[in-house]
Amino acid sequence: MNIHEYQAQELLNRFEVPTPRGKAASTPDEAEAAARWLGINNMVLKAQIHAGGRGKGTFKNGLKGGVQVCKTASQVRELAAKMLGEVLVTKQTGAEGRLVRKVMVAEAKDIERELYVAILLDRARGCPMLLASVHGGMDIEAVAEEHPESIVRESIHPALGLQPYQTRKIARQLGFPSSQMRAACRLFHSLYQAFTKLDCSLVEINPLVVTKGGEVLALDAKFGFDDNALFRHPEIVELRDVNEEDPREVEASKIGLNYIGLDGDIGCMVNGAGLAMATMDIIKFYGGNPANFLDVGGGADEEQVTGAFKILLADKRTKAVLVNIFGGIMKCDVIAQGIISAAKAVGMKVPLVVRLEGTNVEEGRRLLKESGLALQAATDLADAARRAVAAAKGA
Amino acid sequence: MAILVGSNTRLVVQGITGKSGAFHARACMAYGTKVVAGVTPARGGEMFDDKVPVFDTVAEARKETGCNATMIFVPPEFAADAILEAVDAGVELVVCITEGIPVLDMMRVKVAMHGCGSTLIGPNCPGIITPGVCKIGIMPGYIHKPGGVGVVSRSGTLTYEAVWQLSERGHGQSTCIGIGGDPIHGLSHIDCIRMFNEDPGTEAIIMIGEIGGTDEEEAADYIKAHVRKPVAAFIAGATAPPGRRMGHAGAIITGGKGTAQAKIKALEAAGIAVSPTPAQMADTLIQAMGKKA
Repeated sequence: MNIHEYQAQELLNRFEVPTPRGKAASTPDEAEAAARWLGINNMVLKAQIHAGGRGKGTFKNGLKGGVQVCKTASQVRELAAKMLGEVLVTKQTGAEGRLVRKVMVAEAKDIERELYVAILLDRARGCPMLLASVHGGMDIEAVAEEHPESIVRESIHPALGLQPYQTRKIARQLGFPSSQMRAACRLFHSLYQAFTKLDCSLVEINPLVVTKGGEVLALDAKFGFDDNALFRHPEIVELRDVNEEDPREVEASKIGLNYIGLDGDIGCMVNGAGLAMATMDIIKFYGGNPANFLDVGGGADEEQVTGAFKILLADKRTKAVLVNIFGGIMKCDVIAQGIISAAKAVGMKVPLVVRLEGTNVEEGRRLLKESGLALQAATDLADAARRAVAAAKGA
Repeated sequence: MAILVGSNTRLVVQGITGKSGAFHARACMAYGTKVVAGVTPARGGEMFDDKVPVFDTVAEARKETGCNATMIFVPPEFAADAILEAVDAGVELVVCITEGIPVLDMMRVKVAMHGCGSTLIGPNCPGIITPGVCKIGIMPGYIHKPGGVGVVSRSGTLTYEAVWQLSERGHGQSTCIGIGGDPIHGLSHIDCIRMFNEDPGTEAIIMIGEIGGTDEEEAADYIKAHVRKPVAAFIAGATAPPGRRMGHAGAIITGGKGTAQAKIKALEAAGIAVSPTPAQMADTLIQAMGKKA
């Protein structure tokens, strides 16, 4: 789950991580009011979409740049009117771009230097890790490539938490002078509080800036949340913006299915995440392209299977559907029943390849056969993939 | 011979009165597993299916029945606590089936388990089975067959796929372990491979991995240095888009680490036969066994 920049800023402020002052606005009026509230003549106006590359993006109405520097409230109003309700295209949005529904008005800061700091999950050690570099404002992957020696790593004991001496050690490694040390340490500490209290998988501040006035501020932040822990964070779930997500994924999440949209043309329905990934792999191996990752899980009922099938068929890109089920907990007859009712409800317009194995397989195969549905029954996984690829290519 | 579970395994089921707990407790009993106790807080004194006594705590179950393994079906918000309760009671083998435990909870569990005598399998896993003898988990028992191939995997259904391929070709299994798909888990590939390597009943090994983490790379180094038994591997997720979580929370490629390509390269460099597709896992192993013989 991703959140907007203004939401990330609100979360940081809640944990006392200092940021430039700012406010979100949905209308030009609100944007102007936010500018007057700031009461300064050095502001920045930012379009709020989940994709990156906003600064260098272009609006379909011709306005260049999703991030604009403004001096007056009326200028903020004027530019906000050109952003709100318009479509912004960046290198990450694809040609269709994203509709801008909100903008953020914030203080612009005179920057002395830009750094990078993040807290993330270190899988190998099984603990959180603080990662930092004096090179901020660029992707950490690029920093790792160009300035590997500049990366500072500090493991955090999950039971003890980030200790004060560790924050001092990091501040020193990042070259903070004594006068800024306390502010830097406080920021690292607050960041760790946000990471644990919100059950994050990642909190990334990029860039962390030191202003000409000596303030230490988080200029932009990215949050990754642990989906498993969302049940205890209703306040985070509320930040979700379904307008920014793939509609197929939104639909699937409503019925509790695990779905990720891809750009191929073979719709896949599989039980189990590992087998679902492996099914995508074998489709690719035989020269096809999966349209999605879809794990119906171990305990899906007929209704969920029907829903899953509808999502696959609603996608206009889908040229063939491959169902691959190894019934363990999931019973093959339940899957068969779901396929039959979905096909009847939606109408099958593309070839369907089904591979069933495992619990109640005979009953499942019998149901499919007697339903009169036009489908190809595959004998094994390789056969299923070959048939689906051939079907999608119209062979 | 087998590893970790066998005829001496005495199982307690934590969450035995829940829907999944009850269903799978019955399936394990039907397979022949000695299910000696169940635990559900505030339900102590009941009998499950008129056969299995239910206790309020794992400590009582341990004291009364001598259970030495547990299968956990407790909901995610209480599962970390259930693991720690079993560890505290001295249960030797803890198999946690529960999916969706918060990562920070599991981090704390791992730290708390450090230096204790219990072994954790999972969470978010299908469990462990020694075919014909003992099944602890949610795998369909009938696809397995007693024999000499050790199977270790991060995925459930992909394990069934490998087992099915092996059984169909007449190759039985010594023990099959699903280590689970979460980023923080108990036994790793390398732990299982070490045990399979030392087990006289295991003649060959299949390792099934997936994108994310570096478990498979570490296992490759270990195999190269220590394992002389034939090993075949498969890595799922070669076509997964970077940065997305593919069902399993652990299966996310971040910062160019944990890609299927990197893992396959490490495995091949260690001389391990890598199956090009999930349909050829058994054939790849059988071929490797032929070469070693």
